[in-house]
Formats: sequence, structure tokens, C-alpha cells
Amino acid sequence: MSTPLSPASRAPAAAFSAKLWFVKLGILPFLLAASILYFAGSEPRFLSGDNLFNVARQSTFLIIVAMGQMIVIVTAGLDLSAGSIIGFSGVVAALALNHVLGVSPESVWLAIAAAVGAGLCAGLLVGAINGFGVSVLGVPPFMMTLGTMTSLVGVALSLTNGLPVTGMPDEFMRLLGYGRVLGMTPPILVTIVLFALVFVLLNRTTTGRYFYAVGSNARAAQLSGISTRKHVFMAYLFAGLLAAVAGVLFVARTGSAEAMNGQPYTLQAIAACVIGGVSLFGGMGRVRDVLLGALFITILTNGMNLIRVESYVQQIVLGLVLIVSLVADQLRLKWLA
Amino acid sequence: MDATYVIHDNLRPPTAPQEWRPVPGEPLLRARHICKRFGNVHALSDMGFELHQGEVHVLFGENGAGKSTLISTIAGALQPDSGELCMHGHPMHLRNVHEARQFGIAAMFQEFSLAPHLTVEENIMLGAEPRKGWFIDGKARRERVADVLERCGFSIDPQAMVASLSRAHQQMVEMAKALLTEPRVLILDEPTASLSEKETLALFDLVHKLRDQGVGIIYITHRIKEIETIGDTVTVLRDGKYIATVPVREVTHERLVELMTGRSFQDLYPVIEHRAGAPLLRIDGLSVRRVCLEGASIEVRAGEVVGLAGLVGCGKSEIGRAAFGLEEIAAGTVRVKDTTIHKPTPAGMLAQGVSYITSDRRNEGLMMLRSTQENITLSALGSSALSRLGLVRRQPERAMAQQLGTRLRVHPLDQDKPVGKYSGGNQQKVLISKSLARPANVFIFDEPTVGIDVSARVEVYAFIKELVDAGNAVLVISSDLPEVLNLSHRLYVVRDGRIVDHMVGEEISESRALQGFFGDSTPSHQDHL
Repeated sequence: MSTPLSPASRAPAAAFSAKLWFVKLGILPFLLAASILYFAGSEPRFLSGDNLFNVARQSTFLIIVAMGQMIVIVTAGLDLSAGSIIGFSGVVAALALNHVLGVSPESVWLAIAAAVGAGLCAGLLVGAINGFGVSVLGVPPFMMTLGTMTSLVGVALSLTNGLPVTGMPDEFMRLLGYGRVLGMTPPILVTIVLFALVFVLLNRTTTGRYFYAVGSNARAAQLSGISTRKHVFMAYLFAGLLAAVAGVLFVARTGSAEAMNGQPYTLQAIAACVIGGVSLFGGMGRVRDVLLGALFITILTNGMNLIRVESYVQQIVLGLVLIVSLVADQLRLKWLA
Repeated sequence: MDATYVIHDNLRPPTAPQEWRPVPGEPLLRARHICKRFGNVHALSDMGFELHQGEVHVLFGENGAGKSTLISTIAGALQPDSGELCMHGHPMHLRNVHEARQFGIAAMFQEFSLAPHLTVEENIMLGAEPRKGWFIDGKARRERVADVLERCGFSIDPQAMVASLSRAHQQMVEMAKALLTEPRVLILDEPTASLSEKETLALFDLVHKLRDQGVGIIYITHRIKEIETIGDTVTVLRDGKYIATVPVREVTHERLVELMTGRSFQDLYPVIEHRAGAPLLRIDGLSVRRVCLEGASIEVRAGEVVGLAGLVGCGKSEIGRAAFGLEEIAAGTVRVKDTTIHKPTPAGMLAQGVSYITSDRRNEGLMMLRSTQENITLSALGSSALSRLGLVRRQPERAMAQQLGTRLRVHPLDQDKPVGKYSGGNQQKVLISKSLARPANVFIFDEPTVGIDVSARVEVYAFIKELVDAGNAVLVISSDLPEVLNLSHRLYVVRDGRIVDHMVGEEISESRALQGFFGDSTPSHQDHL
């Protein structure tokens, strides 16, 4: 029987195709589109060049940390210490910078190199400690990174005697903070490069594939001759490194290194992953969606700031969005079957 | 989609179902036109089943035939997509196990529903604790538990923690729990799988006693021998469909197997020529402490199928697992070709050309949520064929997965489909394809056909033949006795962690294998040892 679509049957058809798109893409594109439309409609400044630039800049740190978090979550782990690493590596970088400048005030570029190197090494070190604890000692990721999260703040505070480290040379802040390269601020450029690298790592390399394998079914990976220990360890190493990059960039941006600098990013990064469809059970998730997830959280915060939503209401909204996206993800998995 | 089920709201048991008057001529339990789908898999289609009072009704069929789905439906653990369940002619709509219990349907599943850290007493009364006001009435509970244990004839300490009991004793607890409510329908899912002979006999006694009291018993078993000892009637299922119901007295073993597999015995197993060449895998004096496997020595040569038979949990599986580096070896050596492997690891054994195809697809074989392609190529991804400098070569990878998937007849082959969405048979084929991604000439199949349908089974056997014809060495470890009997050129029998018999070619027989399983000493057995 072939009858032309009556108006009555067109509505279900539209609903059906919406469902189809939802199952295919997940809820994130819808949330993103809805929030952009809403903010654009209620606040003209939202779409201004200045504000969009702001959003891009604000989202960089979160995107970088969320990508590190994602690598760990893909291996069925969790990194609660990401925020502490931001603070710690920033402090280490700032101290190294000031130390070298104190010894030889002329060699600014050497000092900058030392700062970046020391900051990144600090992140790698913490990543290695996390990785060792989880993969070799078998400590559950939650516990292990909770431990490093807590003690790192203490370490960073004792390194700085509890005071912010300031007085960084302008060259440092311009190079990594607010200068312009190819028309972009350095953090945006670094984020783009890192995104490309992580994308290649997860989608095109054997290592990336093994991350998914380990998170998806560790026993099966082992039986396929893959060293689960090595790959779990490496995942935390990557997460530590990425958090440290964010930490160094953050210090260059603000000019002040504080132990507590990165704290909110831990949970926001996990939220970005979850909203981006990364399964907390491991083995699932796309880095592209994590980027969109981080972008969405930033847009939401930015937009709510613009339309003057009070900060505690913002928290409620963020929490609700997280829950809604989790519920939607469950629904999607069900419909997918 | 799944809304075809008619809800009999008025038929739920607000009034005690015990007070129903049986409709004359209606059986105790009747299932009609039951359909149940999981994704694209029809676990049950148009299934029918009748259980009478005072009858032991055996459900017989291969893994994946739908037995478990059927009993889960009857026990209220699963809701059918369509169809009807009646008790004494009254339709029932069971939403959960609790409602089934109210109708007097109790089930003892293979997977125990016990809380390991509670005591026997607490477990038996879990959810049905006698109360005194707000508090549990400890004295009443003790009495009722003592009473039910005595009725069943079990001697278990009611205060023992369940985790500290042997599997057989845990099963008794499960059984006591099922019998607490004096059920009218009792479902037993492979109850003897973990029991010793003595315990099995005690269980049969109990089952007979219950039957004589008028309880209808649904009994699932894989052991043909058990059917004639315990069963009155047997219903055969295959691929989720009802095949036949026959009285046990009137049916032969061969007929049952034919009904179960849907083809005559001979068609199922290919004839594999025995052209034994050089030994490719040699295991000498292997001991594994964890399962008290002791001094096992086997040899597998190129161009032959060697079988390892024995009861579940006898240690046969651990021989293959230890050789692949999945169990810690306490003593003994593993040799592949001319190389002695001192400490086997999966990576090392794969490099030596040994493939192990696990019996546990879900937990250690496949990445259920990842694509078929990724699963097939996983172990070969690091080889130069599929990657260069750590970068995956995408075209060759896809081509390899396509070729292996086609060769194993994964059907319909969709490289991007998550493996978890395939049927058991296709999953097993993906698992086998995976083992071929690396060059190998020794294949260890652990339960190669567990949970797959007959047609997939035939294809797996054909594939084993193909491997052997190409000069590979194949070790088949299986609890499916006909399977190892018919495939193997040589067969080792394992009992209690020791190899107790070795048969070659014509010597291989069911009776001798069973003697090995249970340890009867008979002349023929002694002769050959």
C-alpha cells in the first residue's frame, strides 16, 4: 500500500528521523546547538567576535586536560589528580623560571626553556607515579589518583610556602600566554596541535588501539599478547603530560603560579568526557566528541555569565546537564541495540 | 516492537493462587507460543511446553538452544515478548521472580544467587525473614532453616558463611532456599554439574521424593545418561524452537542426539585424515598448583587433532591455559617444536606460533563493544604487515579482517559492527578468525563450540579439519564428550588433575572415556594404561 504522507503521519516520521540522528550522533550536538541558539537569541554579545574569541581561549585548558583524562578513562581508569598536576606543574615551572633568572638574569630564553621543561617533567613524574601505582601495584585508579591529588597540593604548597609565585618575565607570558602566532594566542595554537596529535594517537597508532583494547577487555588484550601494564602506565603518563601542558600555559596566561590553580578542571574534564560519550567503563569514546564536550561546558558557562545567571545557579545547571546527558547516553545505547 | 504482550492485569495473584481450582484436563504448567528476542537473536520462537504434576521433565538441547531462556521465562526472571503461561489453566503474567514464587514456581539456576558473606541460615531466609515487630525473629528463622535442611536431608552447618562452603554445599543451600516455600514447580538447571557421584545420587533421591509428593520438576541437563536415570519426559529444543516431547522410556540416545542437533550423528563431524608429522607442542610433567593439576604430559603433532576430555573442573582446561601462559606453572616443561619455553606468556606463545582460542568469549576473548575488524586484527596489529613505526596501516588491516572474516564465514560480515551484537556462533567465528591473524601452527581450542548453534558448530568443525589438513597441530579441550570422541585422532582423559587414559584411533570409545571420567577400574581400562 502506498499512500502519500498525510500531515498526521509526517510528525511521527520527523520524530523518527530525529531519533535516528540522536542514536547516530548522541545528545551532544543537540545540546550544543540548543545552547548556542538560546544564548545567541537572548544576548547579542554572545556571537560577537570578541566573545567567541574568549570562548575559544577559555576552553583551551579544559580541552587539553579533558583529552588527557579521556586517554585514561578509555583504559578503564580515572585521573583525579589532573587538576592538582596543573597547579603543581605550574608551580614547578614558575620556580624553575625564577631560579634560572636569579642565577643569570640575562638568559631569559634559557629560563623559559627550563621552565617549560621542568613543568612538563613534573607532570610526567606524577603520571608515572599514578601509572606505577595502578598498573604495577594494582591500586584502583580512583584511590591512587585521589592519593596523588591530595598530596600534590601539599607538595606544591610547601614548595611555595603557600604563597603564589609571581614576577615572571614578560617574554614568558607573551610567548605562551597572550602573544599572537598565526593570528591566534599560543594556547589556542597548542590546543589545535595537541588535538591533532591525540587524534592520531588514538585513531591511527597501535598504541592508541591498545588503549581501547585494554579498556574494553583487559583479559582479551592480554591473551592477544598486549602488555596491559605497559599501556595503562602510558595512559597515565600521557594524562600527566597533558595536564602539565595546561598547567604551564595557565601560569603563562595568569602570571601567577598557585598550588590550587587547576582544581576545578579535574571534575570539569571528567564531565567533558562523559558528555562527549566516553564510557566510564573504558574502551569507548571519541576525542572529537570530548573536544565538543569541553567546548559545550565552556559555552554554557560563558553564556550564563553573559546573561548574568548567578554562579550557584550555574552549578545547578551544569549538574543537571551532566545527568541529562548520562541518561540520554543510556537511552542511546538501548536504542542502538 | 515488543508491545504485543497482553497484560492480564486481573490475573495477577492478589488472591492467593493456591486457592485456584485447577481447570480439569489442564496441566500444572503450560507455555504456549512463547517468543523472546534479544536484539536480533531469537532466543525463543513459538515455544511450547507442558509440565504435569509429579513429573520430572527434562529439557534437552545444545548450548544456545533456548533452555535457559525458557526456564528464566517460567521463573519470572525474563518477560517474554509474546506468548502465554498458564498454571492449571489460569494465565499468569510474571513480572519478576518474586511473583513466580507466589505461584509456587521456584528455580535453582546454575549461577547461584547467594550472598557469599552471609551465613547459610541468612541466605536461605533472605527476603523471607520471619519478623517480630521491626526485628528479625532469630529463633523462628533457626527453626525453619533446620526444618527445611532436614526435609532435604542436607547436613550443612546453618551458621557457616556461604563463601566458605564447597560448590556442592553451596548448591544445597540454593536448593534449600528453593524448597523453603514448598513449590509446585521446581526448576533445576544442570544441578549435577559440580557434584560428586555420591552427592549426585543424594540429589536424585531428593528429586524423586519431591516428584512423588506431586511437585512438577523441570530438569536441565547436558548429560544423556542422566536423562534416563532421572527423567520421565524429555522435551528437545533447538535454535530456540520446540522440536519434540517424548517419554524417556521410548527414546534412544542416538535419537535424542539427532533431535538435538537436527542431523544424524555422522553428518555433524567431518572425517579428518590422520597424518601425524613432527611433534609441534609437547607438555611434560606439567603441574599447576591453583587447580592441583599434576604431572600432565601430552604431545600434539602436526596434522592431527588431539583431544582432552574430562568433566567440568577436572583440570583439562588448565593444561591448555598453562601452556599458553595463563596459569602459573609449578613444575614441568612446555616445548614448541624444538624450543623449550621456560615461562610461557601469551605474547611469547603467540610469537612461537601457538594460538589459544578461549572458552570464555565474553570475559577474555572479545572486546564486545569494539568493531569486528578491531577484534580480528588485535593480536596482529603490531606486526609489520599491519603497522609501520607504530602507525596502523589501515588498508591492509581492513583487507586482513575482511579476508579472515570471510574465510570463517562470519555471516553477515560487517566489519564495523560491534562484536557484541553478533550471535554466539558468529562471535565464536570472529574469535577463531582472530587466532588466524598471526601466523600459527599450533591451535589450542578450549571448548570450541560452547554456546553456539548447530550450523555454526558444523562450520567450526569443518574449519578444524581445514587446519589439520594444512598440517597444523590442533588440541581440542572439551566437556562435550561426543565432540572430542568424534574429532580426535588421539584422546587423553583427565580426572582430578591427572591424565588417566590415552586412547589412539580405533580405541577411542565413549564407554572407555566415561570409565576414565569416573574412575571405574575395568579390565579394558587397565590393559591400556
